[in-house]
Amino acid sequence: MHSLDTSKESKEKARAAAAKKARFGEDIELAKYEHAAAELPYQEDLSVISEDAKSQMLQTGVVVDDTSQRSGTIIQMDHSVIHSMTQQSDIEVMSTRKALEKYDWLAEYMWKAVAVDADKYTAHVELNPGNGYFIRALPGSKTVYPVQACLYIGKKNLAQSVHNIIIAEEGSELHIITGCTTAPREEPAMHLGVSEFYIKKDAKISFTMIHNWSPETEVRPRTGVIMEEGGIYLSNYIIMKPVKSLQANPIARCNGKNTITRFNSIILCPPGSNMDLGSQVILNGAGSRTEIISRAITTGGNIMARGYIEGNAPDVKGHLECRGLILKGDGHIHAIPELKGNLAGIDLSHEAAVGKIAEEEVEYLMMRGLTRDEATATIVRGFLRVEIEGLPPELTAQIKQAVETAEKDLM
Amino acid sequence: MSDTTLEIKDLSVEVEGRQILHDINFAIKTGETHVLFGPNGNGKTTLLMTIMGSPKYKVTRGNIILKGTDITNLPMDERARMGIGMSMQRPPVVRGVKTRDMVTACARGRESEEELNSIFLSTNLNELVDRDINYGFSGGEIKRSELAQLLAQKPDLVLLDEPESGVDLVNIALIGHLINQLLQKKHPIRERMRSGLIITHTGHILDYVDARTGYVMLGGTIICEGDPHEILKTIVKKGYEECRKCIA
Repeated sequence: MHSLDTSKESKEKARAAAAKKARFGEDIELAKYEHAAAELPYQEDLSVISEDAKSQMLQTGVVVDDTSQRSGTIIQMDHSVIHSMTQQSDIEVMSTRKALEKYDWLAEYMWKAVAVDADKYTAHVELNPGNGYFIRALPGSKTVYPVQACLYIGKKNLAQSVHNIIIAEEGSELHIITGCTTAPREEPAMHLGVSEFYIKKDAKISFTMIHNWSPETEVRPRTGVIMEEGGIYLSNYIIMKPVKSLQANPIARCNGKNTITRFNSIILCPPGSNMDLGSQVILNGAGSRTEIISRAITTGGNIMARGYIEGNAPDVKGHLECRGLILKGDGHIHAIPELKGNLAGIDLSHEAAVGKIAEEEVEYLMMRGLTRDEATATIVRGFLRVEIEGLPPELTAQIKQAVETAEKDLM
Repeated sequence: MSDTTLEIKDLSVEVEGRQILHDINFAIKTGETHVLFGPNGNGKTTLLMTIMGSPKYKVTRGNIILKGTDITNLPMDERARMGIGMSMQRPPVVRGVKTRDMVTACARGRESEEELNSIFLSTNLNELVDRDINYGFSGGEIKRSELAQLLAQKPDLVLLDEPESGVDLVNIALIGHLINQLLQKKHPIRERMRSGLIITHTGHILDYVDARTGYVMLGGTIICEGDPHEILKTIVKKGYEECRKCIA
């Protein structure tokens, strides 16, 4: 396996944090997983991918049969990037390994948005580098279609290690859809994914991520975003399928003035799943705005729904909305919205609600002739409907499709 | 086919173990509109919700007959599909469910998009179609939205719970016009296929909508039946105290 070229200092920090438990989520024993995987051959022609894998990828919005509606594609299976391409000369898409070979300056971007010693999982990614994707929009460029990235685990019991770097250079606009999935088997696996986003002055990234793990997968993504003046970051996260354990709490540091950050999360937690999901926004730049919106439904699994907004600059504004629905089963939803204001002139607010479907709403729809099941489905569909602005139509359609597919299973 | 749309026979109803309605009897012929007067808290809404079939309202005695079929034990969605439509006084907010979705659901695929758009236009709802149903709606907006749903649903029996409450003077004329449209008032009575039962607290709606029969409900029972305008005149002049004398 190639080694990702990171600094000696990073390695030392990682070694020191190798046993450091994460702040949230159950502690996972990394030693129970395998960390090496065979190098898989590069595939120019994606039609060779198995139908099973294609189907799994499709459920996360990654299309491999016809990539004409994608500005770029990158697919990592286990630790191998088996395909990468771009259809625009001003959008770069390649493996992180290749990018580090190509650009000396890229090392400067490693572990700046996510701390290498944040916990044992970030340390593991540094000490056991797999691969990852590098996506960069050159200054002033704009993706015609979204770039798609897929992280796929095929090998049983593998701890997939991923380090992604995404850069939107000044004045660029980049739309990405990422699908994370496994082979369609109920076998243990782990995903450790570090994603570092750098949004330069007046640049925009929309990042739509759909997770479709197997019920035996343990997942620890670690995401950091650094934003310059006028930057926009729109994150849409969707998980509608079972997962053994998932804990993520991405953080956006809005360092420039007048940035806009929006985190939307749509979470469905089936029985046997444990999901600890949050979003954090640190408003360091004057006039910056943020919104964190989450919709969480449990049908028997356990959800921690976190949110944190910190205001450190004048005229910042943030709103956090966390709504949870206990549809059936004996799972729980624990909503923890947090706000911290550090100076006068900031405007932070939150609303959180956890409950069941109101019977009067069901009756209202039944009064119009809908059966109880139809009424319930309509209310759930409405609950999961998050107004998402700023996305190209292909991504809006993809999100809608992911939610609709899950709704069918739900009912 | 029965020429009586609704027949209520010896109906008694309890809510959470408390008897609210006692021995209600009346009938509405096809094409007729009847009006129910009465002070607040005397069972008017309970009667409408019972006819609609809300599970909270338990029929302890008697029967509800719709177009010749006993519907006393049918669930509310079945009653709606059989031809009962109701406008609530304070309908709930359903977050994420748009006004357009509700009106479309009411049509159950019978109306084309063009016809639905015409309903939105006639009910002056165009600005609200993409908003969550009833969320932040004014009194007039709620009533117009409820009537748009009923126009799409096309029920044979229209139940209206205080359609004028919370509505300003500009909107009340439109509400009256929409109710007349819903109840096919332009047609001669023999051609009307829709019947109505309207609760009114103030009687203002009678300035816009013709009704054949009026009832006064006090203490959960109908104590008076007659010409609605005459009943209203008496109530306006002497209040419900006069009605109470009738049962003293």
